[in-house]
Amino acid sequence: MTGMAKTRIKTRHTLAKAGVITGLVIGGLFAGLPIVWMLSTSFKSNGDVFQNPPNLITDTFSLDAYLEILGNGEQLRFFLNSYIVAFAVTILTLLVALLAGYAFSRFRFPFQRTINAVIVSVQVVPPITLVVPYFGLVVALGLYNTYPGLILTHMVFTLPYAIIMITAYLNTLPRELDESVKIDGGTSWTALWRVLVPISVPGLIAVGVYTFMISWNEYLFALTLTRTNDMRTVPIGIQLLMGQHSYEWNQMMAMSILGSIPVLLLFLLFQRRFIGGLTAGAVKA
Amino acid sequence: MTSANVDPAAAPLTAASAGGSASGRRHAGLTRRLVPYGYLSPTMLLLTVLMVVPIVMVIGYSFRDNVIVNKNPVFAGLVNYAKVLTDADFLAALQNTAVFISVSTAAHLVLGLTFAMMLNTKLLGGITKAVFRIVYILPWLFTIAVIAVIWRLLLDPAGVVNYVLQTLGLIQDGVSWLGEPGTALWAVTFANIWSGYPFFMISLLAALQGISADLYEAAAVDGTNWLQRFVHVTLPQLRPVIISMAVLDLIWTSQQFALIWMMTGGGPLNSTEMLSTYTYKQAFSEYEFATASAAAVIVLLLTAALAFFYVRQQREQ
Repeated sequence: MTGMAKTRIKTRHTLAKAGVITGLVIGGLFAGLPIVWMLSTSFKSNGDVFQNPPNLITDTFSLDAYLEILGNGEQLRFFLNSYIVAFAVTILTLLVALLAGYAFSRFRFPFQRTINAVIVSVQVVPPITLVVPYFGLVVALGLYNTYPGLILTHMVFTLPYAIIMITAYLNTLPRELDESVKIDGGTSWTALWRVLVPISVPGLIAVGVYTFMISWNEYLFALTLTRTNDMRTVPIGIQLLMGQHSYEWNQMMAMSILGSIPVLLLFLLFQRRFIGGLTAGAVKA
Repeated sequence: MTSANVDPAAAPLTAASAGGSASGRRHAGLTRRLVPYGYLSPTMLLLTVLMVVPIVMVIGYSFRDNVIVNKNPVFAGLVNYAKVLTDADFLAALQNTAVFISVSTAAHLVLGLTFAMMLNTKLLGGITKAVFRIVYILPWLFTIAVIAVIWRLLLDPAGVVNYVLQTLGLIQDGVSWLGEPGTALWAVTFANIWSGYPFFMISLLAALQGISADLYEAAAVDGTNWLQRFVHVTLPQLRPVIISMAVLDLIWTSQQFALIWMMTGGGPLNSTEMLSTYTYKQAFSEYEFATASAAAVIVLLLTAALAFFYVRQQREQ
């Protein structure tokens, strides 16, 4: 190869690299700027929110909006409710889905395919179709405006995904593991808890993180199946801040950030495992 | 079809039973056969109460006169369906939903694929790509309530979007993006595009990384350029993922309620009314639970049609 051809290839390589970086930066601004603006607004006084020209950091930079939210019992109650509901949903979903996933992974039984197809199709049933009968059902069962009402209804969306992901995970574990327990006289129950559960912890964490996120973000049922502010969750709390007196934009943004922290943290901690499980589920589900 | 379908070659554990008397064996065999149903019973109980019963209930509601409010509703035939299907608001909602989901899905696909390909480049180092990947996933990590307030802030008549557009000379006066019937649907669609593309991107990135390098090398040997490789190697390889993601996205986007409800409430003048907000209003603003149920059943049927297409598509693979 001549020197000139080499230089040409090198130039083309540099150009391609510059092009990709430019593209990535533009895309990054599109993705990131709205979030930066939310963050910036949460540190302003409400009077400076629509300052013209806009500034990322104003003279009134302070943590007042956060202190306002964190010092308000009603707002804290939204967080408490969200944590209670999301943790309960996560634990119950993992428990129920683990048993179901175990059945699908380790047993052959009549109607297996049919039951499996029902579980998969539940995922696409529109929440809005369910909300009218849920309202009737939850009121009839005396669960209106209670934690169990929210926990149970959230599970209808977390369970199918969790079952599919856990079944897939258990399928990757060799059968010899549970067979050896049975040779030692154990039952399928002991095989599940003594052998499979301990080595499934990574998979269960991924499913748990996803479950927590779904429950933490749920909006429609939280809106319709609760009535009083002491039962409402963070997404509804954010909406209530919007409705009240004038718009407290800085507090709305502070509450939004505080409300996003659990999911952001979970995602950053379990990023790799989570994306792996998610794409496997999304493509195959 | 699903990851839950296990390979049929796996030995059934039920056959392992042995020993004991004939009746004892039959008994043990029966118990053994019931074991998997035992493990499935909590799931089946929950799905019956939370899925089967409600769907039966909502179908029942949709054929009666005003349920829930009325103590003794009587059978009303197809009256509710006729009412919904001739309601101008419902037809507007149907049209808005069609625009909202098709534009959102198309944009999710284009953005998701573009970003996934940029993130898959060999020209940059792993750490740079990892940082960009986190930034690109960020919009997807915020709950819809947060997305709604962010975009209400940005799109406010005095907000930063108008400031930028005015400074660039693209618009003269501040536009009330969410307050005018002509722009509101596009504004909520834009917010939905922003919040939803990362899911496509993640799946397409995984699919891109799964394409064998041999295919590209063979194409390079044939003297193809970048565009030809994209059209003849990348796209055909991604096709199954793209189609299934697109159908799933159409289904999910059609279920979007919170974003619309918190950004515009379906207004102004029905310009952003969706099937979901229409149904919700019928039930919880108008207290017309029977027409709400009819609308809910129609939504379910439309979703079932999309899901049917999805399942058939998955089978073909």
